Formats: sequence, C-alpha cells, structure tokens
Amino acid sequence: MVDKAVNGTGANAGAHGALALRNVWKLYGPGAEQALRPGSAQPAAADLAAKGIITAVRDVSLDVHAGEIFIIMGLSGSGKSTLVRCMTRLIEPTAGQVLFHGQDLLHISERELIEIRRHKMGMVFQHFALLPHLTVLDNVAFPLEIQGMARAKRYEHARRVIELVGLAGRESYFPRELSGGQQQRVGIARSLAVEPEVWFLDEPFSALDPLIRREMQDEFLRLQNMLKKTIVFITHDFDEAIRLADRIAIMKDGVIIQIGTPEDLVTRPADGYVAEFTRDVPRAKVLSVRSIMEPVDGPLIAENQVAAAAKVQDIADEVMRRGTAVAVVDAAGATIGLLTKDAVLAALLGRETRR
Amino acid sequence: MTLALRAARPAARPWTWVWLALGVVTAALMAFATPDSPWLAYPKAWELPLRLWVSDAMKWLVNRFDLGPFTFKELTRGLAWLLDWPLAAARGLLVDGFSFSSDPKAPALLPSLSWLGVTALIAALAWRVAGGRLAAVVGACFVYIAVFGWWPSAMVTLASTAIAVAFGIAGGLALGILGYRRRWFARAMMPVLDLMQTVPVFAYLVPVLFLFGFGSVAAMIATIIYAMPPMVRVTMLALEQVAHETVEFGHMAGCSRRQMTWKVLVPSASAGLMVGVNQVIMLSLNMVIIASMIGAGGLGFDVLDSLKRLDVGKGLEAGIAITLLAIALDRLSQAVALRAPPTHGADPERRRWLIVALAMVVVPTALGGAVPALAAYPEDWTLTTGRLLAQAVEWINVHFFETLEAVKTALIASVLAPIKGILGALPWPAVVAAAALGGYRLGGARLAALAAALVAFIAVTGNWEKAAITVYLVGVSVIVAGAIGLPIGIWAADRPRANRVIQAIIDTLQTLPSFVYLIPVVMLFRVGEFSAIIAVIAFAVAPAIRYVVLGLGQVPPSLIEAARATGCSRGQILRKVRLPLAFPEIMLGLNQTVMMALSMVVITALVGTRDLGQEVYIALAKADTGRGLVSGVCVAFIAIVVDRLVGAWAARRKRELGLGA
Repeated sequence: MVDKAVNGTGANAGAHGALALRNVWKLYGPGAEQALRPGSAQPAAADLAAKGIITAVRDVSLDVHAGEIFIIMGLSGSGKSTLVRCMTRLIEPTAGQVLFHGQDLLHISERELIEIRRHKMGMVFQHFALLPHLTVLDNVAFPLEIQGMARAKRYEHARRVIELVGLAGRESYFPRELSGGQQQRVGIARSLAVEPEVWFLDEPFSALDPLIRREMQDEFLRLQNMLKKTIVFITHDFDEAIRLADRIAIMKDGVIIQIGTPEDLVTRPADGYVAEFTRDVPRAKVLSVRSIMEPVDGPLIAENQVAAAAKVQDIADEVMRRGTAVAVVDAAGATIGLLTKDAVLAALLGRETRR
Repeated sequence: MTLALRAARPAARPWTWVWLALGVVTAALMAFATPDSPWLAYPKAWELPLRLWVSDAMKWLVNRFDLGPFTFKELTRGLAWLLDWPLAAARGLLVDGFSFSSDPKAPALLPSLSWLGVTALIAALAWRVAGGRLAAVVGACFVYIAVFGWWPSAMVTLASTAIAVAFGIAGGLALGILGYRRRWFARAMMPVLDLMQTVPVFAYLVPVLFLFGFGSVAAMIATIIYAMPPMVRVTMLALEQVAHETVEFGHMAGCSRRQMTWKVLVPSASAGLMVGVNQVIMLSLNMVIIASMIGAGGLGFDVLDSLKRLDVGKGLEAGIAITLLAIALDRLSQAVALRAPPTHGADPERRRWLIVALAMVVVPTALGGAVPALAAYPEDWTLTTGRLLAQAVEWINVHFFETLEAVKTALIASVLAPIKGILGALPWPAVVAAAALGGYRLGGARLAALAAALVAFIAVTGNWEKAAITVYLVGVSVIVAGAIGLPIGIWAADRPRANRVIQAIIDTLQTLPSFVYLIPVVMLFRVGEFSAIIAVIAFAVAPAIRYVVLGLGQVPPSLIEAARATGCSRGQILRKVRLPLAFPEIMLGLNQTVMMALSMVVITALVGTRDLGQEVYIALAKADTGRGLVSGVCVAFIAIVVDRLVGAWAARRKRELGLGA
C-alpha cells in the first residue's frame, strides 16, 4: 500500500539494512546475565523488576536502511539513549545481535571495533562533547588525528568540513567562544570529518533554544540532501521526528512500540500511546495523497494529475484553486485514484480521514 | 525542623542511662584501683611486641630479601641512584653549576643560573599568567631572599622541591589514572591514602632513613611520599568528573587506551588536576624543614640548625625565607590553575615570549663571568635583621619574662595539669568501651567495631600513656582554637569586607610550613608542653575560623528571611536559626582542626613533649623503624577514630535537619 517498507522487522530487510538489531536486550542489576540464559523463555518485565533488575532495552529488533533518516523517539527514561549506545557498543548489550553490514559487532575484537569506529561511524552528542583545550580546527581534525592522519592532510580535510557546516573563519576559536548552535555545528563537522557510513545523532538539538533548533534542523536536512548518510537520530521531540524522519521508531519502557513513516504513525497508530503523540500533528504535513484519495480501477478522465506520494500540504493549494477533483498517478504514471477537494479540505482541517 | 528535633529526642532517652552507667563503672574502676590494677595502666605482660616485629621485618627486608636478579638493597640503591640524577642536574642549574668532572672540588665550567635571571624569569612568568600584581609579589619574595643572603640555601631547597614536585605529580597522576581505570585498585588504594595522610610525617622518615640512608635523596623520597597522596585523589576525582559524553566521544572517535588517557581525559580534566599540582607544591614545601632532619640541606637545615642553637634571629629569618618561597610558588601555581582559558589569536605571541623569557635568564648568567654581582648576590649588599630580631626577643624576655612565666605557670598549675591528670588516669577498658558505644550510637555496629579496635590497638602496642598525652595536647589546643575561632568566624561571616581580609590572612597562615609556627613560640616561652600547646593553637585557629564562616554561609537564606519575617532579633536569628543549622558543618570544620592539630602536635616533639610524637622523634634519632612506625600509626588511628565519629555525627545531624545528603 505504501511504497516504503512499513515495518523494519521484515525478513527481507537484511538485504538493504546497513545496520540491524536482532533481539537486543539491556538489563541492569544483579544477575542480569543469568536472567536471559539462551533457550529459556523471555522473562516478564514484572519478574525482572521483582529481582531488582532494571530493563533498559527489551527485545528490540529493527533495521536501518542505507541512506535513510531513522529516528528513535521516546520520552526520557524510555531507553532510547541506551539503545543507540548498544548500536555503537558504547554500552554492551546483555543479549542479542548488532549487525553492521551483516557482521555482529558484539563478536568482534577490540581492535576491529576501534577500526569501525574510526572509519565508519560518527556521533553527535546532546551536550556537544567538544574538547575545551582544542580550537575548532583541532576539534574537527581530532578523529583524523586519532586515525593517524598527517597534520597537513587532516587540517585540509577539517577545513573543508568546517566550511560545509558554515563555520569558515572560526577555525582558530575555542569552543567556549562559540554559541550553543555554533558549538553543535562543530560537533556535526567533527562527526562528519571521517566521512562515516553511519551517522548517530543523540538528541543533537535538545540543548539549543527553539529558534536555533529549527535553524539547525534545516541545516541538518540540507547536509543530508548532499551527503545521503545512513542516520540514526535520537529525539524526545515528536515534532522534530515528524519533520526530519524517513521512518520513526517509538519507544516506551525499553520496548519499541511501532516503527513506521510519519504517515503510518498518524494514520495507523499501533496503540493509544502513539495516537496520543500524533493527535496534534498537522495532518496535511504528513499525509500523502495516496492515503486520502478515492481508489479507482479503470482509466479516468481528469484534467490534472498529482503524484500519489506527494504530501497533501504541497498539492493543497493547487487542488483548492482548481476546485475540481484531480487524478492521482503512481510512480509509473498509471492512474490509481481520484483526489477530491473535500478530502483535501478534511486533511487540512485535521479531521479523521476515511480510507 | 523543630519537629525533627522533637522526634529525635525520645529515642535518645535510654542512651542517657547507658552513658551514665559507663560513667559510674569508670568512676568505680578508678576508685578501686591499686597502682598495679590491670585496667588502669595496660599491663606490660599483655603488650604485643609489634614494634620489634616491624623492625625485624625491615631488617630482613634490607639484609636478606632477594628478588631474584637483585636484592632488595640493590633495588633501593638503584632507585636512589636514579633519583639522584635529576636532583644533581637541578642543583647544578640553580646552585653549583656544572663541572663535568667526577671530582667534587673541580671548578664549574658552566655557571649556575644568575640570581637576577631566576628572579626576572619567575616574575615574568607571574606577569604572563596573572599580570603585574602577582609579578610584583613573586619578584619581591625572591628579592627578599637574595637581599637577606639566603639565596644559595633557597636554591638548594628550590632544586629539591622542584624535582620532588615533578616526581610527586608524575607518580600521583600515574596512580590516579590506574585507580580510575581499575576499580579494585582504587578501592585498595583508598585506605592506604587515608593512612598516609594521617600518619605523621616523622613516621615516614624512619623507614626512609633506614632504607635510603641519610642524605638529600632520602629527604626527597620522604617528600615525594608525603606530597603524592592528594595528587592521586585529585587525579581520580578529576578524571571521574570528565563529562560522560566526552568519554563516549573518545570511544566513538576510536581512541586507543593511551589516546583516550592523554588526548581526551587528562586535557579535559586539566583544571581539576592543577588543584592537585598546587597541593603537591604546598606539601613539598611544608616538608622542607622536616626533610632536613634526614639530610635535605637548604633553608630547612638553616631553620633547624638555628632552632637547635636557639639562634632565634637567624632561625626566624630563614623561616621567613621559606615562607616567602612558599607564598610565591603557591600564588604562582594557583594563578596557573585559575588562568583564563585560551582565546583565539593569543597564540602567535607565545614564541616571542619564550625567547624573551629565555634571554632574561641566559643574558645575566652569561654576563656573570664578567660581572660577579650578576652571578651571585654580593655579600656586601646583604642585609640582616637577625641581630635586630634577636635583640627584640631579648628585650621582650628581659622585660616580660616574669609576666610570661607567671602566666605560663598559673595556667599549667590550675588548668593544664588537672586535665592531663584526669586523662592520664582514665582506665583503658572504659575508653575502649566509650569509643565502641559512641561508634554504635552514631554509625552502627561496624563503626563501633572500628573505633574499639583502633583504640584497643593503642593500648595493646603499649602506647597508652603517650597517646593520652597526645590527646590531652590536641584536646586543649583544639578547644582553645575553637574558642578563638568561633567568635571571629561569627563576626566575619556577616561582614564581607572584613571576611575578605581575614580569609587572605588565613590563606597566608596556611601556606606557612607548620614548622615555622614553632619559632616565635620557642622565642617567647622556651621549650616545654606549654609552648607546644601555643604552637598547635596558632596552627589550628586558621581552619577553625574558616569552617565557622563556611558553615554559617551555607545556611539557606530563605530560613534567615523567614526568621526575620517572624520578628527575630539579630541575636535570636544567630542563636536560634543560624548556629544550630550551621553546627554540623562547623563540627566538620572542627574535625579538620583536630586533624591539623594532630599533625602539628607531632612536630612539637622538637620542643620537648612526652607524647607519641616524641616516640617517633626518638625513633628517628635511633633509626628504630618499628618504634617509629607503630607510634606513627597510633597517631593516625586517633585521627581516624575522631574523623569517623565526628563525620558520622555530622551526617546524621544533617539528615535530621533536612540539609541535603
């Protein structure tokens, strides 16, 4: 129905999954290892809690596709930060698999892990985590220095990335001389300096003022349009998730409740918890034409046509102006439905849509 | 608050009876005692010959212990040889020059640094770090040292201090990093650090003397051991305080362990680490005089020597020279620690500055061959106040001797002697029981066991009488210091301007090596217990004032406001709100005061007390390792018992008052 995979846990996902989790658990507390002995039944959360074990991540499986922005959304304490640290092995999962191009990160040597982190992963932190004693240039060049790149070469690289994030001219500044937004630009530049395959961002804009946050989100989208990285992005802000995500995983109490596109979450929330988040989301922003059109089987005569994948918000003006129904065509150009003015109006007003 | 107080009271009732019972039993024990009752003085026959065992173990270590490829003795020799290199280099640079010959009398081919050059360099450094005022202070300190003729001695001290500080920092950093990385190592090290900071310095000197012999290297080793523990602690703390995300970033950048330590952790923690560096410098300077007992030479030797010959003027002058050296280095290192972090564009000057600084030292040194006044400060230009000071003291003694003596005798007869008598007569089992009871009441069974065991240790090793005198000296001194400190602290707490002046004075007093306090006291009161008490009081007043001000400052302003709104007068606010709330904090301060007093009381052994400190001092003279170490550990145990009991009390009281953790 929807042209993107709805659920990441499908069996075919491994084919294009750059990063995949399989049944990942993270438990804290005495006897956490024993609680998950292979072969035994999955322990109930209440049983674990009774033993004094805290469940931070519970049986999470997901796939992150190459080139997509995958957002993990949850309130504080939902386990999203723990989960992203399990993906990078900053935290050792209690059980499960973390597959990076099919290789299980939990079973590689320290040396191999260091190599992967040096060349294939980049991470941006909530509070920037810049080194206070280094200039902007040295901070950005730091991961390259760690790789052992020669000074002239790494400075050249670093200068290029600094320019990319719009900080040219500030190379010799120290972090504390910059504003929060600028500091995070340095953090972004630093994480991109090694040209990573997978880019982790842990609540990168949460510590910033709302106006700056929005500006940084735009900047982030601009960069991703150029770079097409595989991105895992953590946030507690649903609006941010809707704005940036290709797909969103909603997390609560260590469990992933639903994975889907913003449209999926809005149109088919898995439970009341998800529905609560999506209630105030402007429908027109996330709904595609496909989800509000009247499907038709045969050919259709209509003066104008719109793409099925287009967002309602983007075509609303045109449909309202014309005042007549328009044909909906899929990617191949075949007519698959009819979009009425009423349906567009309903979406714009945020009414429940009939399907 | 009142609610909490009231709730605590009923539970306290039965304890009153327990304490009363203990009092009655104690009184009975004392009343029915004959001179040879086993409960009065700990029977000789029951003593554990621990000191002999320790001595034997040390002898075995030195004479017999074989590590395989080499013996233990060779190991210590090798270590001493290794440490001698940098020390000789520093001395060559600052004092002797370099002769490049094995003959000690050969003339120096390369001269030592010019006094003017060193002074200029250090002032320039101060200028760069913190500006003109610090440069003036630091420069003046060094000029004083030159003008009053203490330059060569001061440079001997500076050379050994510099090397000791370097080793102390490096060693402390290494151990601290290891403790940060390996939890078990940190846990194992903590009690050792606790003990090292409470065992009196003298006690280390004995085994160091035994292992390394008399000389400047042994003195330096003792200094390093003494000055390193805070660096270890500070390092662990500072590394733990590096933001979690920064560590995670280091991992994500793919840092190896070494890169993590030296490129991420240590630079990020540098501000905290500088606090440790400052402490190492201060403690090393504090050791200067004491280390000269085992051959450090320099200013410390000058002070010790004049003190022994009762040449008061000279001793005071050398003491002032040490103090000024300490102040200069303390302020300088603090300024480095507090220096504003770098800003962009500040870098280009750096190279030029280095060249200028280097020229400041090299040029006067090079010209020294032609102009002798540059090489060494001319003797004709030196001033001395020594004779003047000696005359002043003589004048005081001539005119006030009777008065001073009368005050002293009256105090000893009517106050000190009775207290000492009662403390000395307490039956040891009663004291052990009291320690256990107090421990149980304040911190439960574990604290009770600890307190009882440590107190019993003192009796069992046969140090009971000496320990009683130590407790008496410290107790009297702390009470007097508290009585002086409390009103001054209360007075200063409300007056920001006065407080700033008082804090500055306290800072300076605390930079003085503890030994320096003895000098004026001996001048006025001669030797004896009375002088010891006066010196300890002088030493302990500063922390007492500091903690009273600190405690009062921590009372939440909202409570004071509430009291004012209720219509309390200033006196009422002080008595009914501020003092009760600040009391736990003040008690913790008192605890610090006790620790300071204990460390000082051992040093006062030099003016003739008969306490544990004297035991250690005698052990030092006889190189009796066992005696020195066991007595030293007894002092440490007194400190630990007081510290734990007061700490537990303050923590409980704070909980009751709802003042945070």
